[in-house]
Amino acid sequence: MQKQAIFRSKLLPYLLVAPQLAVVLIFFYWPALQAVIQSFLLQDAFGLSMSFVWFDNYIELFKDPAYFESIVRTFFFSFAIAVSSLAFALLLAVMADKPLRGVMLYRTLLIWPYAVAPPVVGVLWIFMLHPSLGVISRYLRAAGIDWNPLLDGNQAAALIIVAAAWKQISYNFLFFLAGLQAIPKSVFEAAAIDGARPMRRFWTVTFPLLSPTIFFLLVVNIVYAFFDTFGIIDTMTRGGPGTSTVTLVYKVYSDGLLGGNLGSSAAQSVILMILVIVLTGIQFRFVERKVTY
Amino acid sequence: MVEQEGFRRYVAHIILWIGIAIVAFPVYIAIVASTQDNALIANGQMSLLPGGHFFEVYYQTIFVGTSGSTREPVANMMLNSLIMALLIAVGKIAISIISAYAIVYFRFPFRMAIFWIIFITLMLPVEVRIYPTYKIVADLHMLDSYAGLALPLIASATATLLFRQFFMTVPDELLEASRIDGAGPLRFFWDTLLPLSRTNMAALFVILFILGWNQYLWPLLITTRDDMQTIQVGIRKMITTTDALTEWPIVMATAVLAMLPPVFVVLAMQKLFVRGLVETEK
Repeated sequence: MQKQAIFRSKLLPYLLVAPQLAVVLIFFYWPALQAVIQSFLLQDAFGLSMSFVWFDNYIELFKDPAYFESIVRTFFFSFAIAVSSLAFALLLAVMADKPLRGVMLYRTLLIWPYAVAPPVVGVLWIFMLHPSLGVISRYLRAAGIDWNPLLDGNQAAALIIVAAAWKQISYNFLFFLAGLQAIPKSVFEAAAIDGARPMRRFWTVTFPLLSPTIFFLLVVNIVYAFFDTFGIIDTMTRGGPGTSTVTLVYKVYSDGLLGGNLGSSAAQSVILMILVIVLTGIQFRFVERKVTY
Repeated sequence: MVEQEGFRRYVAHIILWIGIAIVAFPVYIAIVASTQDNALIANGQMSLLPGGHFFEVYYQTIFVGTSGSTREPVANMMLNSLIMALLIAVGKIAISIISAYAIVYFRFPFRMAIFWIIFITLMLPVEVRIYPTYKIVADLHMLDSYAGLALPLIASATATLLFRQFFMTVPDELLEASRIDGAGPLRFFWDTLLPLSRTNMAALFVILFILGWNQYLWPLLITTRDDMQTIQVGIRKMITTTDALTEWPIVMATAVLAMLPPVFVVLAMQKLFVRGLVETEK
């Protein structure tokens, strides 16, 4: 698609794209290229010279059980966060899609957590579920649960999943509600005339018609869980106890902080880039489908 | 809808209120904790009702800061966050709208190549190239500066694509008309296109402001001086690893203050917010 009416000028268009091009080249392409180059290099012990080592950095990484574990953990976190948040948001959206009084008020009261920053989310939840002073921990202990996410890796993971899913409810709710409102009401009426009860109507009519929204949100949520959980993890557990909440992004960060192996950290960055490109590719394919839908 | 018995409607109301309660509960606890005495909280005896220390806690948080871990007044952190968020939002909109204008309204060599160079940046957030970017910012002597905080986060294509899409829908007749009036490309941009883009710019601004205010990993890496900390970084530094020293009422007051601006923006500009959210995700 192209405009028919255009301006003619030799210099002006270049001047107009120059600022963005400069920012993108300096702060995007140059560092990305650096990461790719470094991932094929190995620094000697004194940091004086670099040698080209092909895929050694990558092979080393995949041989490292800690890295493999963090891949599995990242995907597990992502799915757990996405599924729990989507399910809860869908329930709320279906309820809010009914012709109720005060729907706009409900929407307002449900969408604001989108604006809460991940590190703040982490602080809010660790405070409530802190082993010694948390207000919810009291009740967990009273119920006979030995609650200590600062020592128990599984509890720490559960805590992060709950907190991250909490933040994402509002976003998912908003898109589900929009998706539901786009479905023509006559479809439901037809199903009702055929004698389908509400639950059956949901699974046989609403859910399939909503599937494009669900796929779209699934991808967005997984990308969110990959990156935006960093702030939550860093304020709640700092990757601990042990390494039980170290995700891929957190590993890039903490390995880099320790300094040391430049090649390995670059290789980790490149793997992350590839993962994101694949996820975005899936999303684009999907968006295409939504348009023709 | 169809057979809307009263009972079902009650159930819907109840479920929605439970949802609202779950969403609001952590924030309620934060507000309550920020009005209480630290000793009480540290003993695990925090009350679920507001305490009487509201003014002293918020006064100390805003103007003094914690006595141990950060020692930086939160007002200063909020100012840093505000400057960063505004730079990101305004900077991104400014450079994107002019590059989109060039790409849509001009034909020039490498036009599509430039479009693709910008487009590809859509895919990779700053997190995946964090240390190489850090090195470049360090080499440019931009650590601990607002430029260093904002520029790498401006390098992305979302806004450009949005404006490109919008410009494509602007009727050609407008350009022809203003050309007959003798307007050149800059005049047309300033007098016609910019006023038409106002709503788009506002919606984008709302989203970019929230995203900018909430940035965490990047500011964490590149700010070393206490007086350059953003509020998101500051709050993390307030939680000391030895729990006994954490001043929880101040931490919670900081959390509340960190939430206030973006939440206010969402609530006050709900229409623009929803529009911006939907459009940037396309």
